[in-house]
Amino acid sequence: MNTKTLAGITIDVNDEGFLMDADVWNPALALAIAQEEGIAELTPAHWQVIDFCRHHATANGAAPTLKAIMDGAGITTKELFALFPKGPAKKVAKISGLGKPEGCV
Amino acid sequence: MTNENRKIAFICSKGSLDMAYPALVMGWAALGNGVDVTIFFTFWGLDMINKNRVDHLEIVPVANSSMKLSMMGIPAGNMGIPNWMGALPGMTAVATHLMHGKFKELQVPPVREYLQMLVDGGAKLYGCKMTVDMMGLTQDDFVEGVIDIVTASDFIDMTEGAQIIFI
Repeated sequence: MNTKTLAGITIDVNDEGFLMDADVWNPALALAIAQEEGIAELTPAHWQVIDFCRHHATANGAAPTLKAIMDGAGITTKELFALFPKGPAKKVAKISGLGKPEGCV
Repeated sequence: MTNENRKIAFICSKGSLDMAYPALVMGWAALGNGVDVTIFFTFWGLDMINKNRVDHLEIVPVANSSMKLSMMGIPAGNMGIPNWMGALPGMTAVATHLMHGKFKELQVPPVREYLQMLVDGGAKLYGCKMTVDMMGLTQDDFVEGVIDIVTASDFIDMTEGAQIIFI
């Protein structure tokens, strides 16, 4: 576990960089994490994905898989990989303040 | 853990329904983690990208010691499917239908859709020149997203530094 300060708050992340406590998450923190992940700004299209992920996690207890995000948030593979380039599965979960997605698809 | 410079290449040599999935599942997971993915289709693996075959991949219950009667809905514990039974007309279709059902239950996409997801996610697909020639196929026989038909030597060159998985 590591502790760091982002967007003015101190957060704990696990060894892979996922937020330990989903309750400390807020939109400003999401932007700070996104910037750490190389995404300069969060557009409404990004938020559509992040909001879906947070709702999914609340309902199901785990971060959604990429296929679940595409079907649930109504976006295509190309759009998802363009919004969160180079590894959307982990990036989306990190920015949404959730753990690593559970599931293979 | 950073995956930014990691590369994985899959060689798909099998054309049965069950053996189509390993590269699709692992390739998709790799793309999701930011790993560069290349897939080379050779021999029967060409069925996975052949637009006339991709929707008709099957699983044959003959000489498959891992397939159990219980998978066909017969409560026979650990007993395998006898080869004589697997050879009965229609058994391949039944086994294939059951496997499709299991995939659907788990929301695993069909092979054609899965391949398209990989292509859209940035995977690079190639056909093997020797087996493409052997089977009398051309680029027109393949689904969209297959970049080119390349030689074994080309494949070796383009996968320098990659982890190679043979399926």
